[in-house]
Amino acid sequence: MIAEFLQLLSGWQGLDTWIAITGALAAMACALPGTWLLLRRQSLLGDALSHAVLPGIVVAFLGMNWLEQSDRGASEVVRGSVNEVVAQSVTGDLARVARRQTVLFVGAAISGIVAALLTELIQRWGRLERSAALGVVFTSMFALGLLLIRLFASRAHIDADCVLYGNLETTAFDTLAGTGIPRGAIVNAAMLLMNGLLVLVFFKELRLATFDAELAESQGLRAGWVSLALMTVTAATVVAAFESVGAILVIAMLIVPAATARLLTNRLSLLLVLAPLIAAVGAVLGHVGALTLPSMICSRIGLRGIDDASTAGMMAVTTGVLFLFAVIANPQQGLVRGLFDQLRLQVRIAREDLLGRLYRREELERVPDMRRELPRTWAAWIARRRLLRKGLIQSGTLRDELTDAGRRLAQDIVRSHRLWESYMARHFDLPGEQLHATAERVEHFLDPALQAKLAEELNQPSIDPHGKSIPPVVE
Amino acid sequence: MTDDNQPSPLSIHDMTVAYQRRPVLWDVDYEAPSGKLVAIIGPNGAGKSTLIKAALGLVPRASGEIAFFGKPYHEMRSRIGYVPQRTSVDWDFPIDALGVVAMGLYRKIGWFQPVSRKYRQQALAALERVGLAEFASRQISQLSGGQQQRVFLARALVQNADLYLMDEPFAGVDAATERAIVELLRELRSAGKTALVVHHDLQTVAEYFDEVLLLNMRRIASGPVEQVFTAENLRRTYGGKLALLDQVGHRMSGK
Repeated sequence: MIAEFLQLLSGWQGLDTWIAITGALAAMACALPGTWLLLRRQSLLGDALSHAVLPGIVVAFLGMNWLEQSDRGASEVVRGSVNEVVAQSVTGDLARVARRQTVLFVGAAISGIVAALLTELIQRWGRLERSAALGVVFTSMFALGLLLIRLFASRAHIDADCVLYGNLETTAFDTLAGTGIPRGAIVNAAMLLMNGLLVLVFFKELRLATFDAELAESQGLRAGWVSLALMTVTAATVVAAFESVGAILVIAMLIVPAATARLLTNRLSLLLVLAPLIAAVGAVLGHVGALTLPSMICSRIGLRGIDDASTAGMMAVTTGVLFLFAVIANPQQGLVRGLFDQLRLQVRIAREDLLGRLYRREELERVPDMRRELPRTWAAWIARRRLLRKGLIQSGTLRDELTDAGRRLAQDIVRSHRLWESYMARHFDLPGEQLHATAERVEHFLDPALQAKLAEELNQPSIDPHGKSIPPVVE
Repeated sequence: MTDDNQPSPLSIHDMTVAYQRRPVLWDVDYEAPSGKLVAIIGPNGAGKSTLIKAALGLVPRASGEIAFFGKPYHEMRSRIGYVPQRTSVDWDFPIDALGVVAMGLYRKIGWFQPVSRKYRQQALAALERVGLAEFASRQISQLSGGQQQRVFLARALVQNADLYLMDEPFAGVDAATERAIVELLRELRSAGKTALVVHHDLQTVAEYFDEVLLLNMRRIASGPVEQVFTAENLRRTYGGKLALLDQVGHRMSGK
């Protein structure tokens, strides 16, 4: 299997490197504003925004195509050769890319503003809550965008698939004249650079406006403007990434890397480094996965001839898997950690219960049971093994017995138990059996300080409600 | 109360505040006394928080004039410390206690400048004053409600303001925090500073404060506790809203 994986990967070419780089740059650029959206609890606003800008992009794209076509027509008449048009200088081409992005961005910004206004109006007139209004607006606008694409597909090189999934594979061919660097990579790198600089310069202001808009306002920082600026930057980033990686990856990369990083750290500065890093790793692994996984999986389930998948789609999936991994394994409150803590608690409780039982049996001073008590749960089994190993109990001929060290520990547990029963008996009107059941749970959580407090409040009692003696404090 | 040479820390003249055209505060006139602790008191929905926010320009005023130490707010920002309600922010935000306190210094540090060591020291000193120095690098989500409230106070303290506006600092805090806040308020007063505090617990008003401002959609009464904090005034404050005022307000909102 590993051999197959390596063999599939050996087909990796320069083109694949560019695809991975372009995807990674787009993902990193999105992850930065995405982190702030996440912290503002506006994750879905980025989602909504990236949908709502579509009609603007389409209109801008159509307009630009139309302009470029008339341009090209004119130059063809003059020069008579298409080749000369292609062989422009690098700077000229860069300027073209920049102009193109600007036009697209203006289109997107206009529809973004329209979407914001519509949301506000629908919210007010339709008396809907904000998220409902947002849901209505962004889906409608996205649908309108798709419709426009359908209508004018013949005139421009855009199609609905490309919008949804992007065309990372082909953007790698669309290189800047004379350099071999894909334009998509340059555009997204520029966005990443811009976003990185903005975050560096405005870190303090973004943090203040995000955490406490009122304080920001009272200090003279217009929080409203900060949030508008964030929206604008998000829109610009989304537009830049849209063309190369498509809507799905844009939405995924806005939020998923940030959410993953949030699970891993509590420090904002680290969060802002981790989120783009996770986005980049997800993107690169995504392309590796797109090259290898489909053919490996499909050949096993009998489907032949499938050896590739949408790279953008796979990048989104990979990032999702990274998130899942963080949920399960993060050191702070991950599932693995939680499970481990719970198991440890269970074993501790079983250990203390066993000690307590042995102590009470000694107290009774009757002829011991002939049978050794067998552990009934796996936790009790582990607990007994550990007690034996630590020398707190020893395995006698007929039954387990406490050692001196074990007896001291057991005495402490029984003391906690009986103190708690006394405390409960004083404050609750409960039958004895219930007192015991509660104390059985609580005894494991009373540290020496609490125990001392209890004893003090009860005037150092020596007899519990069942008439048994409360053992003294262990020296 | 205030002589002519020394303008009042906060003077409100004929202020009306409306949410979507529906007035929640009507024609409030108020002059805060200098160097006193003032409790702002009134039932829920009386406009106590709104009064503070409108004075600070956080919610728009329908009419009226506000002056801080005789000048408009934007000229006096550095002399005014604001402690918002604890519940107004997201305490899961990834930041430690020191970071929150340092926010009070952002204006002094200057926009787009990083928080330098000198300012971190100041923030730490403020945390020490509220008894939380050892929690400086603790994530705010891990602090108790009372500790969070004290972090907010430290953030206002670090500004070294002359007038403090506090929105329910005593809400939902433990006894230790309550004592710490009272202590702090007295410290501020002996340093000649003024504090306007939205307060809920009528039992402690006389013990904690020098003056009261009784509000219920309008100013009911204001002045020294012993003169104004009377059963009669309290009855007028808490005896339900003025039905007519409420009705007219409702009309004005067009609903």
